[in-house]
Amino acid sequence: MKNSTFASENHIENQFLSELIQETMALTYRLFLQLIRRPSTLIAGILQPLIWLILFGALFSKAPVGLLPGGIGYGNFLGAGVIVFTAFSGALNAGLPVMFDREFGFLNRLLVAPLRSRSSIVFASVIYITSISLLQSFAIMAMAYFLGYGWPGLAGLLLVVATLLLLVFAVTALSLGLAFVLPGHIELIAVIFVANLPLLFASTALAPISFMPGWMGWLAAINPLTFAIEPIRAAYGGSFNLGNVLLHAPYGDVTGYQCLIILMGLTIGLFLLISPLLNRKLA
Amino acid sequence: MTVIELRELKKSYGNVKALDGLNLEVPSGVLYGLLGPNGAGKTTALRVISTLIAPDSGIVRVAGLDALKQARAVRSRLGYVAQEVAIDKILTGRELLRLQAALYHLPTSDLAKRIEWVIESLDMKLWIDRRCGTYSGGMRRRLDLASGLLHQPQLLVLDEPTVGLDIESRSAIWKLLRDLIGQGTTVLLSSHYLEEVEALADRMAILDEGRVIAEGTPSQLKKELGGDRITLRIREFSNEAESEEVRQLIQKVEGVRQVVVNKSQGFSLNLVVDGDEVISLLRAQLSAAQLPVFAITQSKPSLDDVYLQATGRTLMDAELAVAGKRDIKLESKKSMR
Repeated sequence: MKNSTFASENHIENQFLSELIQETMALTYRLFLQLIRRPSTLIAGILQPLIWLILFGALFSKAPVGLLPGGIGYGNFLGAGVIVFTAFSGALNAGLPVMFDREFGFLNRLLVAPLRSRSSIVFASVIYITSISLLQSFAIMAMAYFLGYGWPGLAGLLLVVATLLLLVFAVTALSLGLAFVLPGHIELIAVIFVANLPLLFASTALAPISFMPGWMGWLAAINPLTFAIEPIRAAYGGSFNLGNVLLHAPYGDVTGYQCLIILMGLTIGLFLLISPLLNRKLA
Repeated sequence: MTVIELRELKKSYGNVKALDGLNLEVPSGVLYGLLGPNGAGKTTALRVISTLIAPDSGIVRVAGLDALKQARAVRSRLGYVAQEVAIDKILTGRELLRLQAALYHLPTSDLAKRIEWVIESLDMKLWIDRRCGTYSGGMRRRLDLASGLLHQPQLLVLDEPTVGLDIESRSAIWKLLRDLIGQGTTVLLSSHYLEEVEALADRMAILDEGRVIAEGTPSQLKKELGGDRITLRIREFSNEAESEEVRQLIQKVEGVRQVVVNKSQGFSLNLVVDGDEVISLLRAQLSAAQLPVFAITQSKPSLDDVYLQATGRTLMDAELAVAGKRDIKLESKKSMR
């Protein structure tokens, strides 16, 4: 008797999982079909950081040697910043497809369907944005390599991917949250527009903290982008040790591990923050 | 058996009462029409039934289930076709149907057959593999209906299914709805086309200001109203004073229940009368008063008369009263999650 109950519970659980996967995959497939048939955003998303890398890298190419900490060239320094910024701005756009679905009534079509869990709508967005961000990042890394700005080793590559995943999850959560709170895509685009560049400038993407005035150093040292940039920069530096201090912040030194822990805390915190919102909107 | 049961539904948006104590019972296997002007609460009621929104208070039972507590079970038994056509322009019709199938967890074994069946039923073969962005309004609406039908729901809920459609699409949809009823599906549709409800509905309710104000079969409602309708015109274009004078005169004729001066139709006179012999009495009275008769027509009461009787205004007047009054922000708040 007990066995058969177990068996049926198992069956129900299996069915739950398989149906959750079925609906998540179908929704993800839709997003990818849209991407393939309307590839301009992807192309622009790859071109833009490449242009950044080439032009910005060239801008300071004649800067005195030894200006930057560790004596590296500006191109090498910039690579990590462009990778992180690209992943960041891609993830910041994660909410847009959801917002358009809300506005055009397509979300209602999903909501009247007997979805196993409406989280599948969120899962699909996360899978989609993460794949695109990683794709863009690899394109930039390849370009950086050809420009002579280096290539992280295998361990470095793993660190780059892990760091990007943490950042992309966090920002995607934020953007999806905004997509459900804001009244329309105009407002969402406005927020994205305002958030984007200031977060880039007030980070260590373009210059180290030691170049900045005190107040800006503080901003950069609490900017989440900085905690993603520094581990990736370390990965590009060759043999790295996450136990080493990567950031000399005004409030103290931050090691590689601490950077990753802060990012993880941010990701978990943002997901916890938006989940009641999503539960309410998708209840 | 009752498929839909709504008890004392209330739903407000700010101080706008969309539903104000709505009661409704839809029996199984019928085509049920909800008639009412814009703003009567039809769309809100359908959204509540389809589990898209929760009422502020009241009971919602669909297919024997509590729609507020067992929403997922209700969703799998119900097909909902919204008024605003929600289609992904980048996908082809067939891809959209496949997506829909996955969202309803249809078994893959007879999936291809089911998709062919809806394509066939709605005559979509020629264009189903084109992208939805190229579709006309009628094609989109048919695809929308097809995706609402794919999982063969017990109950199909349609919000103004034929509004603004070409004749071909409209008749394709009407024919399909009749077939579905024949197969035992229950269909609930809202409309503000009187002739649509009259032609299709087995039973109907008239909604006004978030409440049901009349309910029954269309012929029942008309019969309850009783009396024949006569439209009388003294001349092609009369004036108010003259019409009023005539009204006073014919009001006294035996068998005339009610006379209204219809300003929007050149001050013609609309009469409710008992029996056929009233016309000759009218003619006699008019000629005795040496008044001409430009036209006199007699008809059975229409659903518009039912509406007029229940609300004191014609459906057209009610439409005009709300036209331009809709608040765009409120509308998007109602439809967006």
